[in-house]
Amino acid sequence: MAQQAQPVSDISSGEKPTLLRGAIVRFAGDSGDGMQVTGNQFTVAAALAGNDLATFPDFPAEIRAPAGTTYGVSGFQINFASENVFTPGDAPDVLVAMNPAALKTNLKDLKRSGLLIVNSGAFTTANLKKAGYNENPLETGALDGYNVLAIDISKNTQTAVKESGVSTKEANRCKNFWTLGLMFWIYGRDLDSTIKWIEMKFKKDGAVARANILALRGGYAYGDVAEIAHYRFEVPAAPVAKGTYRNIGGNQATALGILAAAQLSGVPVMFGAYPITPASDILHELSRYKNYGVTTVQAEDEIAAVCVAIGSSYAGHIGITASSGPGIALKTEAMGLAIATELPLVIINVQRGGPSTGLPTKTEQADLLQAVYGRNGEAPLCVVAAASPGDCFHMVLEAVRLTVKFMTPVVLLTDGYLANGAEPWAVPNVADLPKIEVEFRKDPEGFHPFLRNPETLARAWAIPGTPGLLHRIGGIEKDYDSGHISYDPANHERMSKTRAAKVAGIANHIPEQTIELGNDSGKLLVLGWGSTYGAIREAVQRGRDRGLDVSHAHVRYINPFPKNLGDLLKRFERVLIPEMNLGQLVKLIRSDFLIPAESFPKITGQPFKIDEIEEKIRQLMES
Amino acid sequence: MSNIVPTPKLTKKDFESDQDVRWCPGCGDYSILANVQRMMPDLGIAPEDVVWVSGIGCSSRFPYYMNTYGFHTIHGRAPAIAMGIKVANPKLSVWLVTGDGDGLSIGGNHLMHALRRNLDIKMLMFNNRIYGLTKGQYSPTSEVGKTTKSTPSGAPDFPVDPAAFALGCNATFVARSIDTDAKHLNEMLLRAAKHRGTAFMEIYQNCPVFNDGAFEPFTAKDQKEEQQLRVAHGQPLLFGAQRNKGLRIDPRTLALEVATLGENGVEEKDILIHDETNSTLAVMLTHMPFPQFPVAVGVLYATQRPTYDGTVHEQAEAARAKGAPDLQRLLASGNTWTV
Repeated sequence: MAQQAQPVSDISSGEKPTLLRGAIVRFAGDSGDGMQVTGNQFTVAAALAGNDLATFPDFPAEIRAPAGTTYGVSGFQINFASENVFTPGDAPDVLVAMNPAALKTNLKDLKRSGLLIVNSGAFTTANLKKAGYNENPLETGALDGYNVLAIDISKNTQTAVKESGVSTKEANRCKNFWTLGLMFWIYGRDLDSTIKWIEMKFKKDGAVARANILALRGGYAYGDVAEIAHYRFEVPAAPVAKGTYRNIGGNQATALGILAAAQLSGVPVMFGAYPITPASDILHELSRYKNYGVTTVQAEDEIAAVCVAIGSSYAGHIGITASSGPGIALKTEAMGLAIATELPLVIINVQRGGPSTGLPTKTEQADLLQAVYGRNGEAPLCVVAAASPGDCFHMVLEAVRLTVKFMTPVVLLTDGYLANGAEPWAVPNVADLPKIEVEFRKDPEGFHPFLRNPETLARAWAIPGTPGLLHRIGGIEKDYDSGHISYDPANHERMSKTRAAKVAGIANHIPEQTIELGNDSGKLLVLGWGSTYGAIREAVQRGRDRGLDVSHAHVRYINPFPKNLGDLLKRFERVLIPEMNLGQLVKLIRSDFLIPAESFPKITGQPFKIDEIEEKIRQLMES
Repeated sequence: MSNIVPTPKLTKKDFESDQDVRWCPGCGDYSILANVQRMMPDLGIAPEDVVWVSGIGCSSRFPYYMNTYGFHTIHGRAPAIAMGIKVANPKLSVWLVTGDGDGLSIGGNHLMHALRRNLDIKMLMFNNRIYGLTKGQYSPTSEVGKTTKSTPSGAPDFPVDPAAFALGCNATFVARSIDTDAKHLNEMLLRAAKHRGTAFMEIYQNCPVFNDGAFEPFTAKDQKEEQQLRVAHGQPLLFGAQRNKGLRIDPRTLALEVATLGENGVEEKDILIHDETNSTLAVMLTHMPFPQFPVAVGVLYATQRPTYDGTVHEQAEAARAKGAPDLQRLLASGNTWTV
């Protein structure tokens, strides 16, 4: 858990940086100010310095809202520490505000007595008006109680980049790197990796590269000469397990997991998708690696995207589709077809706020019941969920393993917070990753298309091109014994029960539920799923630090649940379920296990803060 | 289209499944099925390399009756499923069966995209201008004012012409035929089969239960000579029992007109010669109002263009030529650090 930057009054005025366990920094500026780049570069520097970290980018749905307005503000938060970090943190210790609109929308989150760095050069009458300020907050005392560093970053940047020869307009675009340079000075970071990045990024335009590097160095030098040494902090390296690490975002991890699945199964993957926020990056990433046995298809719509995947599975590929809530809604009829024809299909839902178009760039976990139940007829399928950005990699592999083993669609739930957030990820050793076993039916002896493996109840995967296995499948009910069309009432009941039993039986082939943190019985279990992992974990840790008997368990397998989940839940007096919806996992848990699990919903489009869960735990334990 | 089967040559029987065919007595689908089963052995493709894909509707039961691989899918989405199959395995000969409702209403979007992509599949649209399986509602090809169960006061909307639609989507092969005309149908099916790219074939098909005789005005024995224009590449666009009527361009309006040989000095040299590579002519042939003009059947348009599946595989090959996959290296790419 990261410790907050301490109030400036406690900070020594000596030359030595103040030692901190961790810090939460938020960059906020106009959409065109390059805040995501700044945040990413700051993240890389923190990672290279050995900190553990978590990040959360927060940007508007508009491509480029009018400059200077509050709805055009783009933010990037990072929590980095000398110990394990599980969330991007609640309230920032440091807020960088590049203009009045960024200040207006972000100041409420900054800790009291936190450090506020503002680009005073952007606090013009016009910008103040656009942000809805009647007076300049830098002059009214509105910022009393914060440690304010008001610097004319625009002007300083112009001076710093002068010798590069770029235009005034181009020079002004370098102010994010000037700011980053200053932040690097404050936290004693190395500039080298960012300089290399700039050189690579702008290798076609030497002048721009030079200007950005000059700006970066200028910001750093400003720290040296301005009398702000009391704002210098040191966050030492975190004790993390040995290995090679990289920063990874959820969508990127999902894409890499798909590439790995093709390699580990030896079966090509067909990825059908239609652009939708926040899932599109999976398509973008995959389409760059055509030599990995993954074909990407940008289909004409969401329905076609899933149908392409289903068609490819019929022909012997592993069909995968990824979308977000509204797109998944469109795919549901086709998902039913994959259930009826018992073909492999992985459906990745990068959840966002709903209903309907809802909050495209904000996060939510409200598609859980849709995943488990949202189809016509008795249409069971397997549902799994990733708990962190890096976990997306492993859960895709699980989804593929299960879909080919059981010949049933698998939904993988991630969300916007996982998709865009990033964390350091221990790069797995490919040789250690389990192979994914795939068996295509070749033997015509006794074959019919709904012939089942007696153990898994999976039907035989017989693909076109195989002699002797000619058959027809479709969405119409099939006879259990011959695979031919059948409207026989008893047969439909038998087939329905078999499909249900097949999915239920997956419980015998998934890991048992474990406790993440705390005892395996006691007063209170906080049960979570998906991206709430970090916030729950830290909140439970804080509770335990205060001596509360509270534990944390996190489900990754939701349909079916792990076999031992019911017993595990019953060992606790109370079960609390925080989730970013109005209580969907709670419904499942209550109905499956008949226990009075308590709901702790949040549905603001924003992830849980640790404080919120910690407070809820405290309330429950004291009531 | 590979896997040439050695002798003995397959027969129609080899392509008949063991399932009872369950269309209404007298349905045009029977004749189409029989013709397809008769034509398939001529392609020299093993049954296991053939896949029939369909959506929903009477026509979409077709795959069950073919002794090949088959996938009866969901309403309107057969082109997308077929795309997954064909791109996954381009060696397969993929055939799609759809109807005017399935293909042009609920599946219009997918149809459009399959056509413009030029996926190498063969697409048969059985057009009976009615919804059969849902028992008699008007379809996107029904005429204005059509009275049906759902339009007792007459259909208020204007129909789409499937072949014109296909041409508008930049289809590379567009043909028309008729369920009851076995010889012509067989010839067209073979042409479609041999086309590389999306071959779109509209088959006028009679629904004896809900829209009986819809095409009688140009398919009935006593009508077809006068009311059908059988187009053939390189042949003059002549029709009529005496083959004395033909199409020519009115130079003032740039529109087609029907001219009679020997009248007003019209000679055979004045009549247009069919050129199936001429898309302008193809469009004109689909825009002839009936009965002022005959209905054009045959290969209206055929051209060559790279196929979607071909291009996808070329791109993959080009990527493979640049380097073998190295998963370990890929996983560890970007900014890494070692603890």
